[in-house]
Amino acid sequence: MSEDSSFIKWPYPILYEQEDVVSSEVLVLGGGIAGCWAAISAARQGASVVLVDKGCVIRSGCGGPGCDHWAWSGDNPASTLDPDQMSHDLMEARSNWTNGITSYINCASGYETLLELEQMGGKIRDTEDEFKGAPFRDESTKMMYAYDYENCTIQRVWGHSFKPALLEELKRLGVKIYERCQATSLLTENGKPGTRVIGATGLNVQTGQFVIFKAKATVMAMAMPTRNWVFSSEHRGVSSFKPIVNSGNGHAMAWRAGATLTNMERSMALLLDGANTYPAYGDGNNNNTWHPCNMVDADGKEIPWVDRDGKEIPDVESRSLPSRLGQEMFLFVPGLGGKSAYESKPPMLLPDIQERVLKGEYKLPLYADLTTMPDDERRVIWGVMVGNESKTKTPILKVYSDAGFDPEQDLLQSYYMLGGSSMMREPGNIRERMIFSGGGGVVVDWNLMTTVDGLFAAGEQIFSTNGHASAATTGRHVGKRMVEYAADVNQAELEREQIEEEKKRIYAPIHRENGVDWKEFNMGSCRIMQNYCSEHKTESLMQMGIDVLDEYEREELPNLFADNPHKLGRTVDVMDIITVNRLILNACMMRKASSAYLNFDRLDYPQKDPPEWHKWLTLKQKNGVIERGELPIDYWGSLKENYEAHSAGKRG
Amino acid sequence: MRLTAQESGVNDMSKYDKQVYAKPNQVTPARPAIFNEDLCTGCNACMAACQADVFIPNPVEGKPPIILFPDECYYDGCCVEECPVEGAIRLNHPLMQKVRWKRKATGETFRVK
Repeated sequence: MSEDSSFIKWPYPILYEQEDVVSSEVLVLGGGIAGCWAAISAARQGASVVLVDKGCVIRSGCGGPGCDHWAWSGDNPASTLDPDQMSHDLMEARSNWTNGITSYINCASGYETLLELEQMGGKIRDTEDEFKGAPFRDESTKMMYAYDYENCTIQRVWGHSFKPALLEELKRLGVKIYERCQATSLLTENGKPGTRVIGATGLNVQTGQFVIFKAKATVMAMAMPTRNWVFSSEHRGVSSFKPIVNSGNGHAMAWRAGATLTNMERSMALLLDGANTYPAYGDGNNNNTWHPCNMVDADGKEIPWVDRDGKEIPDVESRSLPSRLGQEMFLFVPGLGGKSAYESKPPMLLPDIQERVLKGEYKLPLYADLTTMPDDERRVIWGVMVGNESKTKTPILKVYSDAGFDPEQDLLQSYYMLGGSSMMREPGNIRERMIFSGGGGVVVDWNLMTTVDGLFAAGEQIFSTNGHASAATTGRHVGKRMVEYAADVNQAELEREQIEEEKKRIYAPIHRENGVDWKEFNMGSCRIMQNYCSEHKTESLMQMGIDVLDEYEREELPNLFADNPHKLGRTVDVMDIITVNRLILNACMMRKASSAYLNFDRLDYPQKDPPEWHKWLTLKQKNGVIERGELPIDYWGSLKENYEAHSAGKRG
Repeated sequence: MRLTAQESGVNDMSKYDKQVYAKPNQVTPARPAIFNEDLCTGCNACMAACQADVFIPNPVEGKPPIILFPDECYYDGCCVEECPVEGAIRLNHPLMQKVRWKRKATGETFRVK
């Protein structure tokens, strides 16, 4: 095929296997929100910093295109909850199945992080007085809040401005940026897993060049894995909220380097990554952003909202306030199974809407009726939130407006109970799953260092950590801790053998003319998970899954081929995806009990959440052998005391 | 009534004078973004803002970049936002995901174009 003149020559120089060596004190892998903040925070301490990004820093990562709400800034002046209380409530609402360390860092430093962002040029308040007098606006600070207007725990922000502001700051600080460079492995002292991390390797996905990064401290900020149960390039693009680049490179390389991971057994039925759904937040729906928008049926009949007791909420305004019947506050946290879910349960659209449609009470299709929204709400939701949410500014606000959509006159169709809504969950195929909110990742301490010396993590790379503000606050926290660590260690010599082995691994696909391509391999790997590690889990099924996975690694992985550097990058991704699938299968086999919060159902251990299983199960590997362990559910100790002892404010 | 071959035109091959090639199916969705070649200056600003790296520069200077990997598009629209020329590039949702809406006053329905 390469001789065919109908193909354009590859536009970049081909530099396969050629080495470039780069040294710094701090190395940041991943240029999304967490990675940018880690790099900025380290560079502000005077460290030399290198940032490696598979995409382009200006917009890469889930939070690159934007962010419309900044969650859990317990330190913001309008919040009725202090960081301690907010963190406590969040943990309780999730029955402690969440990461106390990163949750506390978020609650305690969300606002100060946001103020720093404003200094860099990010827009965080209504400076033009567009929403003067609106119930969600604090008139003295011009800050705007979302969801619970009484308690002000979540801020509305203009997050489309954030990533360019972070990039400018990185440049100002002299951070050396390697874009279109995919981190492929961690380099360790003596080349052995489990020893100190002293650098990483990268693959330039335009030239195929091999980059060797040497550093005293390395942070992984490569988000959470996607494409483990479902992958279809023909379906997922516009409906996904996770870019294709989120393939779990960090999880896989941490595993190979001997780091401990936990909570890899948690997954959930597809929501924002739906194969056949409509653009996220782009069809009529009742999810978070759209709370103050009425939903109506095909005849215009309004569907009521109810409070935590199932009592009808009389007006739109009351949907943004805690229940009149003695509720102090509500948390916007979907999908909880925690014991105190009732205390913090948000208002919701009639939960049995599906049954009522089936009974004929409401007629399909449903619509979001923007025309009846209070004016402030319509402008803030269609304008500010849809204009800044990752990712809706262009795909929804602009594309729909250009096609004539008018929020003052039109009803947006919902595909609920039809082809598949972007956000309204309906009982359906729960075999198609994803790691999402609160999924697994590496175990960290209060310095956000993993169990491997010299290796840190930030954002969704860390287990049970999610969201834009969490990525920012953990990145900001880890940058400073890394600089402290780097001050006390030497740059170790790299092990040549380890580098050669990695080159052999990642360049193998370019030496094959044909075989199986990355997309087919990805889809095949997903089938293993759908068949043997999904809705119906049993010990023997999951063992079959591991056997099939072993077989694919033995028989199919050696047939992967790539004929340009871009496809080589994607091919290395799918090699990581099958590694992550192995972690998930092993983690699921370890948990011999079902769990509501973890969305974890075992046919052979049906009892939900027996107390003896309320603990983190951990796994790591050493020389190919898996070591299993566990950690107490609250292994982080006192949140407040530990945060203060390790916080950026005290020591930064 | 039966038409002769000549009358129905089936033997008139002159209208099929275009060369037919043995082309594979194209990957779909194939057109996540559409360029207006009259407006695009080929500056490649769109390309630089694409985290999925779906574009390559056009070998002909001044021409729009080529969307080499349309099936990897994330549809975040950052390419459109970076474009210095209004209208030179637009995002094009896959046909299967073009959402509809209804004008309340008239009941007319519309869709994403």
